[in-house]
Amino acid sequence: MPLLKVDKLTHYFGGLRSVDNFNLELSENELVGLIGPNGAGKSTVFNLVCGLYRPTEGSITFNGNNLIGRYPHQITSLGIGRTFQNIRLWNELSVIDNLRIAHFSQIDYKLLDSLFFTGRLVRDEQKVTQEAMDLLDKFNLVPYVKELPRNLPYGIQRRVEICRALVMNPSLLLLDEPAAGMNQGEIGELINLVRWVKDEFKVTVWIIEHQMRVIMNICERIQVLDFGSIIAEGTPKEIRDNPLVIKAYLGEEVT
Amino acid sequence: MKRFGMPTLIGISFLFCIVPSWLGWFSNYIQFIITLIGINIILTVSLNLINGYMGEFSVGHAAFMGVGAYTSSLLTVYLLTENPFFGKAILPEELSILIFPISLLIGGVAAALFSLLIAIPSFRTRGDYLAIVTLAVNFIFKSAIENIDAIGGPRGFMGMGKVVKAMDNLVSFPWLIFWTFLVVVFSIFIIRNFVNSTMGKSIVAIRDDEIASELMTVNTRWLKIVAFMLSCGLAGVAGGLHAHTVTFINPSSYFILQSTYILVMVYLGGMGSLSGSVISAIVFTILLELLRPLDVWRWVATPLLLIILMLFRPTGIMGSRELLDVFPKLKKYFSSLQERLTNAFIKS
Repeated sequence: MPLLKVDKLTHYFGGLRSVDNFNLELSENELVGLIGPNGAGKSTVFNLVCGLYRPTEGSITFNGNNLIGRYPHQITSLGIGRTFQNIRLWNELSVIDNLRIAHFSQIDYKLLDSLFFTGRLVRDEQKVTQEAMDLLDKFNLVPYVKELPRNLPYGIQRRVEICRALVMNPSLLLLDEPAAGMNQGEIGELINLVRWVKDEFKVTVWIIEHQMRVIMNICERIQVLDFGSIIAEGTPKEIRDNPLVIKAYLGEEVT
Repeated sequence: MKRFGMPTLIGISFLFCIVPSWLGWFSNYIQFIITLIGINIILTVSLNLINGYMGEFSVGHAAFMGVGAYTSSLLTVYLLTENPFFGKAILPEELSILIFPISLLIGGVAAALFSLLIAIPSFRTRGDYLAIVTLAVNFIFKSAIENIDAIGGPRGFMGMGKVVKAMDNLVSFPWLIFWTFLVVVFSIFIIRNFVNSTMGKSIVAIRDDEIASELMTVNTRWLKIVAFMLSCGLAGVAGGLHAHTVTFINPSSYFILQSTYILVMVYLGGMGSLSGSVISAIVFTILLELLRPLDVWRWVATPLLLIILMLFRPTGIMGSRELLDVFPKLKKYFSSLQERLTNAFIKS
């Protein structure tokens, strides 16, 4: 059974068809890329999977659960972590609090425990902090624990965001342009990081990226989206040589 | 020693507020002001949860205060005193000491339930919507009470003085200050616990980025409703205390002016700062009293003060900082569990 199955997904923004008949099957521990020119509908696909938009047609199944009609927080609690194109850490909360709050669905205590400071709260906060610190330790982020994210260098913010997305023990990790705004050195680090995350946390990674260096280096399979529909699918090598893809990115050859 | 910072602080303020009132060192007027300060602290701290921590904008807090005020005073007056509204007392006066706190609680619950009615439709959307809805609620509350003649309508409702007197006759003790004090401690206690816990701190995350919060598994809708109910429930309890302190209430006591006062205190203290709220409630209440000789000019002086505040310190007295951030040395005694845990893990 595939981990994520997207079937005939179609979505309209008013009269504009932003996603058209999108199909995908992701199996466990795969690393799949989604590329396409600006405005092709890549982020919309992610938002549809996460439940931010409701698709006009089609079905999305994750781990045997139908995702259509669920709230985003319910969907991500099932084990889908994601990062954002423009980093969306909570800038007014410290790094450790960012990690702790992402534990929201895993908190065992009830509202009354949090109001009256019960033993259960203390135990749970201890557990949550422990888990958050362990995760930060794996990402070498412990020195930044008490910093506000906005004061951190860009590359570190990206790392924190990926780290936060792993808090809900996801089996699927959605990365939305993780290399945006990075220099070549940081991109090299990112490539290693994504590979490491995939092996260390046994997650399936689905990545949107514009940097061909990242995509061609790490993806096992690539889909190309243009005007909301898939125009090509295959291994990096197949994609690189596909005339349709070249046309979508560079325009038609003058004959 | 480290864990006893809070109890020590509570003990000291208990000694300073209640014991002198009990021994009769404070005049009735001073006692009245102390009670008013307490009530304002509860109101400010509770509204800060919505406007400061959650970043929504509620402008009708007095309506929820009014619901609590009317509910609890109707209860005590109906049950305990002979009055022109309901006739003979139902329960003996001796029970007043017991009935009073229960009626406060019921007033709080009523306000919380009332707020649920507003929260469910309001939090479907974001932004200014809640401001308009709460403003409307404030108007609805006023005209609703004005049109119920059985509880005095626009002429107001009274009789709470007898209840307070009955408690005092039974056991000579400053009951009102005592209960106000308890509720103040209780409010600060639960709100502080809430906003420090991972669950409650998520409302700050919602203020920061609601979509990111939702995608990081935070149940934003539920949490916003819970925080709103908590805040309005506390306002209801404060309303009950207020009604029994002033002993006469009418619908205009809980109208826009009162709502504005609470808003001013929140912004004076600083959004998202509990200690700021406490400080500003104290300062603002005392200031209003000191300006009393100015008579009508008071309504000029207070807004002027606000304008000056907004010009020179738009974030309020404390900004979003707490007293602990200003005096880091105190952290030893008052830091939260979460902070202590973080430090412990960093060290290890």
